[in-house]
Amino acid sequence: MLEAALKFPPIGELVKWPSFGPGGFNKVALICVAATFFTLLLFFLAGRNKELVPTGVGNLVESVVEFITDGVILQTMGQEGMKYLWYLTSLFFFIFFCNIFEIIPFMQFPASARMAIPLLLALITWVMYIVVGLKKHGISYISKSVKPPGVPFALLFLIIPIELLSTFIVRPFSLAVRLFANMLAGHLLLVTFAVLTGALLGSSIVFMKPVAILPLAMDIAITGFEAFVAILQAFIFTILTAVYLGSSIHIEH
Amino acid sequence: MIDLLAQAASSSTAVAPTEILKGLGAVGAGIGYGAAAIGPGIGIGIVVGNAITAMARQPESAGVARTTMFLGIAFTEALALIGFVVFILLKYT
Repeated sequence: MLEAALKFPPIGELVKWPSFGPGGFNKVALICVAATFFTLLLFFLAGRNKELVPTGVGNLVESVVEFITDGVILQTMGQEGMKYLWYLTSLFFFIFFCNIFEIIPFMQFPASARMAIPLLLALITWVMYIVVGLKKHGISYISKSVKPPGVPFALLFLIIPIELLSTFIVRPFSLAVRLFANMLAGHLLLVTFAVLTGALLGSSIVFMKPVAILPLAMDIAITGFEAFVAILQAFIFTILTAVYLGSSIHIEH
Repeated sequence: MIDLLAQAASSSTAVAPTEILKGLGAVGAGIGYGAAAIGPGIGIGIVVGNAITAMARQPESAGVARTTMFLGIAFTEALALIGFVVFILLKYT
């Protein structure tokens, strides 16, 4: 009898982890705590010695802060957005640490591949840009953001529901789904090739065993790619948050 | 492989309707994700191609073009990712 079917674990098994602590504390919660801890540690170490020319960790953190200032805030919000630097920087580092656990041995699971974490971050952003808009423009923020200027009266019946839906409902949802689906897809890719490698190595046909080098090489290549994706997705989440905050500040567009 | 196919063709065991429905669901999920990937694939190609044209013409504004390119990719990619989520929901629930 040939082994025809590959035993792929069901999806629930890939993302659900047994809890080992009180209150359902499992691997995902552990990764979240670790990500928070590493983010705090990074800023603590970088802020401890204030040198004119930073070295080591300070250099790294300073270059990221500079990148977020120049590449994200000034290009999307202008000088006015500099007061949200704290939020965007900590968001970037937290998401990056949540993501990078995908390729760290023995953890190998991105905490952002459970919907709860991206959804919570997206909801914080959602509340934040609505509050910023309401504080800056008052109650006219709602009417200004759903009614673009210079639209003929007849079209308003079509435009207003679409803008209302896209600004206040679809935005946080798409922000969360983008991060979640990217990380879950990466995790599934890694699992697929790892399962394939294991199945080929454990095959009863002898000349199938060397073929296992192909999925193994693919797995290593994807691991490198996922490190890139982890940084890229943290950056995209940060810049989209900045764009949404910017659209609340500068409403005339 | 061929042995298995021949075996499957010759066997006349009755298949339960739920099994057929499950198989059809898997086929639908696969076709659905494939269809959802067409549009964003073309879209990301257009976005990146035009960004490279812009960077080649004006290398001094490459930073702005790159940031905007990533934004455009993120917005275009969302459709493919929603397709992927639908695939997961159809296939595994």
